[in-house]
Amino acid sequence: MNNAGKEKMVTENAAIGNQAVGNQKDYKDLVFRTIFLLCALLSVLSVIAIITFVFTKGLKPFFGENAYSFSDFITGLKWDPGKEVYGIFYMIVGSIIATLGAIMLGVPIGLMTAVFIAEIAPKKMVAIIRPAIELLAGIPSVIYGAFGLGVIVQLIKKVSPTGQGESLLAVICVLTIMILPTIITLSESSLRAVPKSYREASYGLGASKIQTIFKSVVPAARSGILSATVLGIGRALGETMAVMMIAGNNIGGLPGSLWDKIRPLTSNISMEMSYASGRHQDMLFATGVVLFLFILVINLLLIKITSKVGAQGTKN
Amino acid sequence: MNDITKFSVSDLNLFYGSFQALKNINMDIYKGKITAFIGPSGCGKSTFLKTINRMNDLIEGVTINGTVTLDGVDIYKEMDAISLRTRVGMVFQQPNPFPMSIYDNVAYGPRIHGIRKKSTLDEIVEKSLRQAAIWDEVKDKLKKSAQAISGGQQQRICIARTLAIEPEVILMDEPTSALDPISTLKIEDLASELKKDYTIIIVTHNMQQAGRISDKTAFFLTGEVIEYGDTEQIFNKPSNKKTEDYITGRFG
Ligand SMILES: Nc1ncnc2c1ncn2[C@@H]1O[C@H](COP(=O)(O)OP(=O)(O)OP(=O)(O)O)[C@@H](O)[C@H]1O
Ligand SMILES: [Mg+2]
Repeated sequence: MNNAGKEKMVTENAAIGNQAVGNQKDYKDLVFRTIFLLCALLSVLSVIAIITFVFTKGLKPFFGENAYSFSDFITGLKWDPGKEVYGIFYMIVGSIIATLGAIMLGVPIGLMTAVFIAEIAPKKMVAIIRPAIELLAGIPSVIYGAFGLGVIVQLIKKVSPTGQGESLLAVICVLTIMILPTIITLSESSLRAVPKSYREASYGLGASKIQTIFKSVVPAARSGILSATVLGIGRALGETMAVMMIAGNNIGGLPGSLWDKIRPLTSNISMEMSYASGRHQDMLFATGVVLFLFILVINLLLIKITSKVGAQGTKN
Repeated sequence: MNDITKFSVSDLNLFYGSFQALKNINMDIYKGKITAFIGPSGCGKSTFLKTINRMNDLIEGVTINGTVTLDGVDIYKEMDAISLRTRVGMVFQQPNPFPMSIYDNVAYGPRIHGIRKKSTLDEIVEKSLRQAAIWDEVKDKLKKSAQAISGGQQQRICIARTLAIEPEVILMDEPTSALDPISTLKIEDLASELKKDYTIIIVTHNMQQAGRISDKTAFFLTGEVIEYGDTEQIFNKPSNKKTEDYITGRFG
């Protein structure tokens, strides 16, 4: 907005100074504005197109004659396209438990790491840890999957009573590692944004360093840490490739323990989409609709949290 | 006069890296008095204050030599920073309440020091807020955010928060510089009231304020104490020309 304003002023000045050049500038200005607008429209239109497409495809099986019962779909415990059985409840449960597990492990570990980097570690050590975290964030998810399959699944296989490594536990382990960079980076920057004066106040009252960190700095950064958590949830829930390789992707049944296989919503779509057709394909889109709704809720949560942070910021 | 020495400072030098911010300071600060530090910006008043409760420990690259004793005990050699800061509370220039409720702000110190019992905390919070002359204004909104009240009220909450750890000495670094005249007067009255139970050191740029409330005044200039004595004497017949110039506003 600022820039647009400046640009306008420049063009206006030019117009006063020299009519001919002014006209040319106006023309240029218009071209650029249009380009900017088109760029901005591209993402908005993409979202609309994706939503329309996924929803029309995904809702189709539940309407018209020969409709599939929506409640069978949403509460079903079995997925067997060959027999026209499409139940995804056990996938929803699997996805949610895997995500919660990853959050329960990843948030404390990530927060501790962030506290360590932001408050405790000497600069030299930060210079090693931080690039490592950035690298972790950049690793493609298929590599995480390969690592999960080659290492974590093998380890689990050795101890699991089921004798199999692909499991809820494997998914939780890999997702935990995958969400760490998100949690760490966002938590760290919100910890660093805590005003020095809070720390001084705390030390001034005779608090130790650890007390200061946990009683005043972390609570003051809580909304940032919360949005880190919500973003982590989004990442874990939406992760596809890595979990597909290690989840086991059973065709039915709720997971009864950490050793059981799961079939996350995302793997369901990605495994079968390439060859599915007709109703089967529509059902995969329907799975996508459910996934999409989850992500939507998470985004709304995030907006709520960040707007709260903004309000706090103006008050200080 | 039988003044009791609370702090005794001798041959104190302080360096930020290679920059010497305090030069050879010798001073006794007396119990139950209000001591004012005055002097132009950057002369080392805050630095000296932070030396007295070891807040300087938190800054990298600070070197300190000389001795500071509290009741005869060396605060750098024979005391740990945490117990020192519990005995020597600090109120900062900018009101800095935590982003928590008023109650939690005042209860912060006691909780840190292990007090968990609700009824005890309630008592401490009420007592401290009363002492800080803000109880009547906030007693109905103890659960409200301490950042959603006026700057003057926030500063008195910060004073209450300091009183809640029952220190022996209270250091105030320009506590009224961000406040309006009425809030300033309230805090001055408060300081005069608190003097009965506490030793107070106050940094101020406000000459009238120093004159109104303090018993002793120290004039700082470029890291040195130029003159230190009874406030009356410093303001009425300063022995050093520089002090006189500063007080009468002819400085610089
Ligand atoms: N953390 C620091 N690192 C380096 N130099 C510092 C630091 N803090 C203060 N100084 C320097 O030490 C000197 C004294 O600073 P100090 O803050 O004690 O002054 P002051 O008397 O409190 O000034 P004011 O009245 O403006 O608050 C100044 O020259 C300042 O630049
Ligand atoms: Mg200062």
